[in-house]
Amino acid sequence: MNWRIGTVVDVQAETDRTASIVLSVPDWPGHRAGQHVDVRLTAEDGYQAQRSYSIASAPEDEGLVLTVERLDDGEVSSYLVGELRTGDELELRGPVGGYFVWDGSPAGPLMLIGGGSGIVPLRAMLRHRIAQGSAVPVRLLYSARAPGDLIYRDELVAAGREPGVDIRFTLTRERPDGWNGYDRRIDRELIADAVWAPADRPLVYVCGPTAFVEVAADALVSLGHEPGRIRTERFGPTGR
Amino acid sequence: MHISRGFHGRRRAEADPARIPPGQYLTSDFPVLSAGPTPRVALDDWTFSIRGELDEPRSWSWAELQALPREDITVDIHCVTKWSKLDTEWAGVSLDTLLEGVETAAEHVLAYCDGGYTTNLPLEDVSGGRAWLAYGYGGDPLDPEHGGPVRLLVPHLYFWKSAKWVRGIELRLDDEPGFWEGYGYHNYGDPWREQRYSGD
Repeated sequence: MNWRIGTVVDVQAETDRTASIVLSVPDWPGHRAGQHVDVRLTAEDGYQAQRSYSIASAPEDEGLVLTVERLDDGEVSSYLVGELRTGDELELRGPVGGYFVWDGSPAGPLMLIGGGSGIVPLRAMLRHRIAQGSAVPVRLLYSARAPGDLIYRDELVAAGREPGVDIRFTLTRERPDGWNGYDRRIDRELIADAVWAPADRPLVYVCGPTAFVEVAADALVSLGHEPGRIRTERFGPTGR
Repeated sequence: MHISRGFHGRRRAEADPARIPPGQYLTSDFPVLSAGPTPRVALDDWTFSIRGELDEPRSWSWAELQALPREDITVDIHCVTKWSKLDTEWAGVSLDTLLEGVETAAEHVLAYCDGGYTTNLPLEDVSGGRAWLAYGYGGDPLDPEHGGPVRLLVPHLYFWKSAKWVRGIELRLDDEPGFWEGYGYHNYGDPWREQRYSGD
């Protein structure tokens, strides 16, 4: 798979720690919602570092968008969120991955469960669903610590007004006055409340930190959802 | 080579560059990557099988596997998502032990797992002291999220080849792509040749 050079068209701050990088990539072959790209940085002495990032844009969107969270010791993320600016070039290859994708399947309602920056590939799926004018019902359950940590907050709230789109948030640490969303870390009961019944046979996509995904996927299986209809993407350490 | 303006990188002094394949970075964590829920299987129901191109299929129960010679294995592992982890300590049984005495014309292996995951490897690569069934990690039983009770350990290839929750291998005359291999990942997956994706 070939490396390509994308040009940064825009960098948009999403939260204190995350930014969306809008790229123009000549001859981009297109992607499916949920796929990712590999990014490669090269220092002047030839030293290189590579990482993978989920694509935040829908296939229909103009420009390829990567939303990146700056990690405390993130060699690449701290460059992408902080140093990179409009006009810079970025080396990347992709799209990569073919399982954690949603192409508009009418095989069941679309259930998206995201924790933290795990929202990114799910946002691509949601945008794809809306851009297509699909009639497939979609529901998003998005967990973050505090209101300021919600990536794409305004966009998601607006999406929730579209027919067939149901957006739900849970804030685990800090909530604004009058908050009427969920108010705790996801658990079996919250999953049972937020997700369609197994009999409705939703296609479920779960993305987030490892512990978040383990809790969500275990809860889904224990509630009777078919393991084969639950697709997961995990990131981060397990602590051992 | 395309220089990234303003990028200096944080070279890690503690890493021996000779042990880090191209495009990889060192981590001390143990990230988890799985395509679906973590399967849970009772050890009483667990078996490992060798089927396909051999005179008679073979199968081991959990207790039978434990009775086989145990090896302690310290190896470096490399995940296609870019992290490498050095000196990981495993306990398990060599595939050579399980394949001992097997007469086969097969040149390929398809490993299959609880949860439906599969991965393909040349038979040669799971022979000759290069592959194990691992049931211990860091002195403890292998965690379910890391593939317990038993995962394949083939450290000379990218770690998606070290199938979690493995339940058997099929000896095959033809090469059948596994799960990720069917989604555009490299058929062989040598980290030192950076064979991440099809065509690399």
